[in-house]
Amino acid sequence: MKSLDELKKIRDEAKKNLELRDSEKTTRVVVGMATCGISAGARPVLQSFIEEVQKRHLNEVQVVQTGCIGMCTYEPIVEITSPDKEKVTYIHMDVDKVKRVVAEHLVHGRAVKEYTIGYIK
Amino acid sequence: MAIYRSHVLVCGGTGCASSKSDLIKKRFEEKIKEMNLDKEVQVISTGCFGLCEEGPIVVVYPEGSFYSKMQINRVDRIVEEHLYKGRIVREFLYEESIADQKLKSLNQIDFYSKQKRVALRNCGLINPENIEEYIARDGYLALGRALTEMTPEEVIKVVKDSNLRGRGGGGFPTGAKWSFAAPNKADQKYIICNADEGDPGAFMDRSVLEGDPHAVLEAMAIAGYAIGASKGFVYVRAEYPIAVKRLEIAIGQAKTMGLLGKNIFESGFDFDVEIRLGAGAFVCGEETALMASIEGKRGMSRNKPPFPAVSGLFGKPTIINNVETLANIPQIIINGAKWFKSFGSEKSPGTKVFALGGKINNTGLVEIPMGTSLREVIYDIGGGCPNGKAFKAVQTGGPSGGCITADYIDTKIDFDTLTDLGSMMGSGGMIVMDEDNCMVDIARFFLEFTVEESCGKCTPCREGTKRMLEILEDITQGKAVMSDLDKLEKLANNIRSTSLCGLGQTAPNPVLSTLRYFRDEYEAHVLDKRCPAGTCSALLNYSITDNCRGCTKCVRQCPVGCITGKVKELHVIDQEKCIKCGACMEACPFDAIVKK
Repeated sequence: MKSLDELKKIRDEAKKNLELRDSEKTTRVVVGMATCGISAGARPVLQSFIEEVQKRHLNEVQVVQTGCIGMCTYEPIVEITSPDKEKVTYIHMDVDKVKRVVAEHLVHGRAVKEYTIGYIK
Repeated sequence: MAIYRSHVLVCGGTGCASSKSDLIKKRFEEKIKEMNLDKEVQVISTGCFGLCEEGPIVVVYPEGSFYSKMQINRVDRIVEEHLYKGRIVREFLYEESIADQKLKSLNQIDFYSKQKRVALRNCGLINPENIEEYIARDGYLALGRALTEMTPEEVIKVVKDSNLRGRGGGGFPTGAKWSFAAPNKADQKYIICNADEGDPGAFMDRSVLEGDPHAVLEAMAIAGYAIGASKGFVYVRAEYPIAVKRLEIAIGQAKTMGLLGKNIFESGFDFDVEIRLGAGAFVCGEETALMASIEGKRGMSRNKPPFPAVSGLFGKPTIINNVETLANIPQIIINGAKWFKSFGSEKSPGTKVFALGGKINNTGLVEIPMGTSLREVIYDIGGGCPNGKAFKAVQTGGPSGGCITADYIDTKIDFDTLTDLGSMMGSGGMIVMDEDNCMVDIARFFLEFTVEESCGKCTPCREGTKRMLEILEDITQGKAVMSDLDKLEKLANNIRSTSLCGLGQTAPNPVLSTLRYFRDEYEAHVLDKRCPAGTCSALLNYSITDNCRGCTKCVRQCPVGCITGKVKELHVIDQEKCIKCGACMEACPFDAIVKK
């Protein structure tokens, strides 16, 4: 070990992995991962949420799974909850849509309307 | 580095390991691989979570789901449901975490929410065998700052200002200790980490070493820099194999990364750590005996002065700090003395780890700010005595401490309040006793321990404690007379004032404090030949009451054939023949047999 900076670099890199164990985060991305969700392609959606959140250092965002929400026809379904904001439900998600949702919703706080359940109905 | 979406933390502390947490971890890994989740879910073995009563413990992140009392046959369902489909398996969760129909994560549970974790901050959170996880939690940052931005004098000043007191027992100010050793000129100085944890029931040092070994190594290096020592020893018991193994791994990793060894942080400071295994003698927790043991001599204490800071290991200036004390050091360097003083009591700042044991629901390890009341520890965190029994007293400080009674349950715990009550902080063992515990028997138990562990060098400790034990045994067997109590007290005071080291000086404490608070129990044993708690078997008699229906069950159970009576008639126990084994009482379906 040569310097404090070298140590801090290692720390920042290692921190990314440990972030997951902080259960006090404020924004939650909930991916439906029941049989219906998985067969509709929820697994890559979940994975790409995790990667994108990681890449952009969105420390306050927690990505978790949940079971069947009950609207299997709209799977993969993703719900995003943030403090003081209404829950947003995205449907028919895929990897490309995830990128846009992360960039617009999670980074800038603007929901991507055309992917939400309200838009289709 | 690979990024996982979920972490499964399996407790690898000694408590959970003894109930096969290693097999649980293995099954998680197998099943996760089977389901092709091994690129998404990481399984990690951690240090102790503290709630040992509920072990083996598994915590799944990001949810923070707390699965308690895990069994290997539950693993598959958790992987299939929780990790694959995202459905938390509620029926396997720790009871309190699903109360009120709302899922609570680990740190929202009462047992944890009332704690303040400094020394245990990484225990149960990081993988102790991975230095990067320690670094991610600001590990080695304190060492880096000390070496590159502070002078040794400044380091000592911060520790002094923090008023950190030694967590191993005496509560001596750590900064003052360091400042005694710093000015002494010598070609070699030493830092010793005292991990010879010997109090029955205390296991905080083991847990820190198992759960966060790097914190101790980092602190030793900081101490080395402060006093000008380039060599450190960790003196740890051989009976702590997991702690020893993780320390070895940690030392290896720190050396590889250049955080131990030569020219650390290019500051010109060298520091190296070696492990020395102790064979488990209690006296080797005393610093002079400990140093003798490291030198390869028989573990016996010697007179002080000279103090170790002047002439210690191999005759060189030496600082000996306890594991938990050291675990506080990096945090104090990073956050400052003021931060450390912001919690705890005025004269005892910071936190203290206590090992809760005995008659308590939540057996385990808790870290609380000094000044927390005994009531909060025993009821709010510890969950009170099992089976609704009444709390009677708590023994703090192990064989060197004393008991504190229910009358003092609102005492704010710190070094000085416990000493005022005739007990002591000691290493932080807390053995809770309920109405069924006989205080004379408790005193006898601890004294038996010190008699075993006396090194035999000085007469008061070697002979005196033995004589005290004999008197106590007479009392518990109903053979004592009232003058024995005075004799016992006088002997205790003599041993206290004339023994060579802390072992002998504190050995009479359990007797003196029980005599002080429970003299009536002693007198009941001596005068009435009666044990009020119903523990001392020699003073108990089993008898059959009118509830007896004459079912003859007890007759068949009695190993010495001392119960007689006809079917459907009242039975009688022959007191002469009875060996007081209690088998009849357990067998009786009508609760007709009583012991008094």
